[in-house]
Amino acid sequence: MTPLLPSPAVQPMTEAVFSLTLALLFLAPLVIAGIALINTGLGRSRSAAQALLGNLAILAVAAVAFALVGASLAGGLPGGRGLAFHAGGAAWEWLHVGPLMLGGLGSSPPQAQLGLLFEFLAVVLAAMLPWGSGADRWRLSAGAAAAAVLAAIVFPLTAHWIWGGGWLAQLGINFGLGAGFLDGGGASTVHVLGGLSALAVVWIVGPRKGKFPEVGLSTALPGHNAVYVLFGCLLALIGWLAWNAAGAILWLHAPLTSLAVTAVNTLLSASGALAATYAVTRIRFGKPDASLCANGWLAGLVTSSACAGLVTPGQALFIGLVAGILTPLLVELFEIALSIDDPSGAITVHAVGGLWGILAAGIFASQAGQLVAQLVGIATLLGLMLPLIYLLFFLLDRVLPFRVDPDGERLGMDLHELGGGAYPEFVIHRDESYR
Amino acid sequence: MKYAGLLAMPAGFFLSIAALILFPAPVPRAAFVLCGLAVEGLGLAVAVRGHMVARGGSQS
Repeated sequence: MTPLLPSPAVQPMTEAVFSLTLALLFLAPLVIAGIALINTGLGRSRSAAQALLGNLAILAVAAVAFALVGASLAGGLPGGRGLAFHAGGAAWEWLHVGPLMLGGLGSSPPQAQLGLLFEFLAVVLAAMLPWGSGADRWRLSAGAAAAAVLAAIVFPLTAHWIWGGGWLAQLGINFGLGAGFLDGGGASTVHVLGGLSALAVVWIVGPRKGKFPEVGLSTALPGHNAVYVLFGCLLALIGWLAWNAAGAILWLHAPLTSLAVTAVNTLLSASGALAATYAVTRIRFGKPDASLCANGWLAGLVTSSACAGLVTPGQALFIGLVAGILTPLLVELFEIALSIDDPSGAITVHAVGGLWGILAAGIFASQAGQLVAQLVGIATLLGLMLPLIYLLFFLLDRVLPFRVDPDGERLGMDLHELGGGAYPEFVIHRDESYR
Repeated sequence: MKYAGLLAMPAGFFLSIAALILFPAPVPRAAFVLCGLAVEGLGLAVAVRGHMVARGGSQS
């Protein structure tokens, strides 16, 4: 079977394709629901209500910030103009300035409207990913402010470069690098940005109290509800199938006949990753680890975001297997060797998984230069966006401190921030470190 | 130390971009892009190391 490639000419969208894409986009929010459940389940029971409310608040804030400012910079709607500089005989469009507050949305072409809806879902998901990494010590107001920054500045810039005809999308035309940087399902704009934001948050807020004692190894602080986590994984699968199919239509201009393969690739990538993580944790710990298996499953889905519409099923399975092997090893490495306290594993699952998917899409591409285009995209995400995100969050932390005060961490985020717990009829145990 | 690492990372990015302009041939271009990524990797390693040192300092 030959790998799927985006068709070179973009055809106007028919009503049938519009309806199908819209239906897929209505299913895609199941990814968001799944991630919200996973973020909550992997945190402590005394912070569960704050965690789930935080996901909702971030969703709302990110959507509003993107509508007010971000969509203008993302350049999905007609009516604006791109700002470009010229170097090396090519135009480098690095910024788009369009009408604010979704001006011109109603009169824009159907494909642009669907693209904007996709971007709304993408920005919400990207903003939610760091929330799980800052669990049990990141203040809700600061989390919402960080979501606004991501939705208004960071995501729109990247989305424009990749999906809005910006310089990364033009690498193929300007420099003969395949079809330009390809990302049908938001591996870069959603998962890598979200995962790198999680790294910046973890660096700024620091580890949870008692996570890294002065003597000995790090303390295990397991998630409070494995059922939430695993059910979230199942919900995410349904949403991911729709998400990748919609992305393939919108950003890769894939024909409808290729959507079944895209869905099969998504499933195979996740399945391969789960099988690999199950085996690695079984060998490593003697028994399979539920939360790591959930992380492996998600990592497989994340890699599929980059390449499900571009590779064969066999390649998708291989890509998922690699992601599934890497995930538990990196989670352990980050925690034990690098002192990174990431309760949801978003840095490994979304940042590393997304980068691997982007790279794999280049490795398995049949077009000359595609691998270099994907590498340039990775260099942009790591070398430009991570420092930018860290700088913005660092400045935001000076204005609105990210970390809750020690008393709040002792009480739990539910009591401290909301005044009541998620499970009022159950006894919530305190940490050993506070006794 | 963390900030030094984070400042080195954009240098790697600009190295990768410069490769596109300076080298039309595919092999040197790819090699130069990889060099840019290597610089970014070094910057990230320094930033992570800086985070670990800072954590050790705050514990003692």
